[in-house]
Amino acid sequence: MTETTSIPKEKIDLIKEKAKMSRLETIRMISMAKSGHYGSSFSSSEIFATLYYHVMNYDPENPRWKSRDRFVMGKGHSAVGVYSILADVGFFPKEELDTYTQLGSAFGDHPDMNKIKGIDFGSGSIGHGLSVGVGMSLGARLDNEDYRSFILMGDGELQEGQVWEAAMSAANFKLGNLVAIVDNNKVTVDGNTAELMGIEPIKDKWESFGWNVIEIDGHDVETLVDTFDNLPAADSDVPTAIICDTVAGKGVSFMEHGYEWHVANLGEDDIKRAIEEIEGGQ
Amino acid sequence: MTEQTTFHKDTWELYKSLEMSKQLTSGPTLAELADDHPEVVAMSSDLSKPTGLWPFAKAYPDRFFNFGLAEKNMVTAAAGLASTGKVPFVSTYASFLGVLAAENIRTAVAYPNLNVRLIGTHTGIAMGFYGTSHHATEDISITRAMANMTVISPADGVALSEMIKESVESYEGPIYFRVSRGREEPVYEKGERVQNRIGKANILRDGSDLTIIACGIEVLQALRAADQLSEKGIEARVIDMHTIKPMDEQAVLEAAQDTGAVLTVEEHNIMGGLGSAVSEVLMESGVPCKFKRHGFYDENSLIGKPYYLYKHYKLDADGIASVAQEFLNK
Repeated sequence: MTETTSIPKEKIDLIKEKAKMSRLETIRMISMAKSGHYGSSFSSSEIFATLYYHVMNYDPENPRWKSRDRFVMGKGHSAVGVYSILADVGFFPKEELDTYTQLGSAFGDHPDMNKIKGIDFGSGSIGHGLSVGVGMSLGARLDNEDYRSFILMGDGELQEGQVWEAAMSAANFKLGNLVAIVDNNKVTVDGNTAELMGIEPIKDKWESFGWNVIEIDGHDVETLVDTFDNLPAADSDVPTAIICDTVAGKGVSFMEHGYEWHVANLGEDDIKRAIEEIEGGQ
Repeated sequence: MTEQTTFHKDTWELYKSLEMSKQLTSGPTLAELADDHPEVVAMSSDLSKPTGLWPFAKAYPDRFFNFGLAEKNMVTAAAGLASTGKVPFVSTYASFLGVLAAENIRTAVAYPNLNVRLIGTHTGIAMGFYGTSHHATEDISITRAMANMTVISPADGVALSEMIKESVESYEGPIYFRVSRGREEPVYEKGERVQNRIGKANILRDGSDLTIIACGIEVLQALRAADQLSEKGIEARVIDMHTIKPMDEQAVLEAAQDTGAVLTVEEHNIMGGLGSAVSEVLMESGVPCKFKRHGFYDENSLIGKPYYLYKHYKLDADGIASVAQEFLNK
């Protein structure tokens, strides 16, 4: 995809740097917990960073600010990739991340809106996210607010029937303020999505449900920025799905494309290697 | 004497049923509240007419969302709406709400403790010959097992209306209302004085030999059964335990102490429903009393017209009276 954005290079570099931070913190936190979701966090790192450092309006001092943009993770198991970003932008002190998975901690493997400032809606049960977004976007319309609801979904999540109930209703209710982001990393717990339960053609499916569909490289920050900058207006009638072509485990060579890393624990040498690769990455 | 509608055998055609569903008062009640409470919105899954939401939908079309046949999406979207400050009322048949959408209720509504109000209608065997798929005899058990969830089974339309108003004006957190088909005869008179408060049982009749604790459609039948029992020299206290969770424990314990025998009656499996909830209060209190649960005895209900079904399962007045007599060995 060609670079059409006029966003300063410093901003692009910042987003890339923050994606890197998210990956490194993910490694650190999962190492403490001895288990967690690497692969699907890494496939979303640039998406997270683009949303929080460029796209979304929010106020860490006022996490429940009525007019903020909403972000919901249908694929809640990627929460570990977002926690460090929420801390970094100021929702809570970074030290709190050290409690990850400990007894009574606010920070588990899946995000909890009751316990973590900056989490707009909890998740963990795959397939709810887009429905939550439908409700949030209806709420925006009722209140004449122009915020958007961004819903991140995994490709495996598209196997859940409720996603298509939600997709149908979003088009029916003309929710142009709703944005579905599909992190198409092509793996699920048991294997490769295509072999397990094929979901293609994804683009055709969304289009046939009445959505505006954009396909991009989900790791290309310039493209992500450009895509989000040029979304149809929030008061338009058609919801948008951004299908992001991504790589599970992106940034760590031995994890890339491997469904084995969906949930895993790294040994000390692997951790060292992973950190080196992430730090040396783009 | 009010018009016999509950078990009238000749009026089960759908269009007549809609006309007779006068106790499904959620729609009119919400329409009444709407101007003062802009946060109130409603949604249904293609059943706004049979569930009684239609008057609200008609009066406030911008605040009503028909989700089509997609209950799980509807419930989760209601949770999303609630997170923006709305108080959504979601209504469909109980079999498709409290049972089908149970996981969505648990995960998206109950756990985050959101102000979503679920109204499952046509409970128990009210759907009669529509078939067992449409019967809901598990929904109390399912919803009451969810932390944060309040579970209410009002006896009639007045009770439903009063508690909907309370829920909008002063109640926080999710509620599952369990209401029947709307054609049951009323227990309460519509009046100035609020008769039904969330969490406070109503003692509708006093007696010293037995207490019948009922909810929903069975309250009126229990009252009529008590009249029959009285003719035989058995005086029964009748409690409308409309709020099953949190339960009015004091009313249960006083009943056990005063009458020494408690019979629960519900249009639900005796496992996990009102009877189970009452038994938990009794057993943990240590107050001794005779106790029996009446309802569906861990069985799938038969198909049939409700008129016959309620008789078959001894959930009409005659049936409850006979169960009570057997229970007391009289």
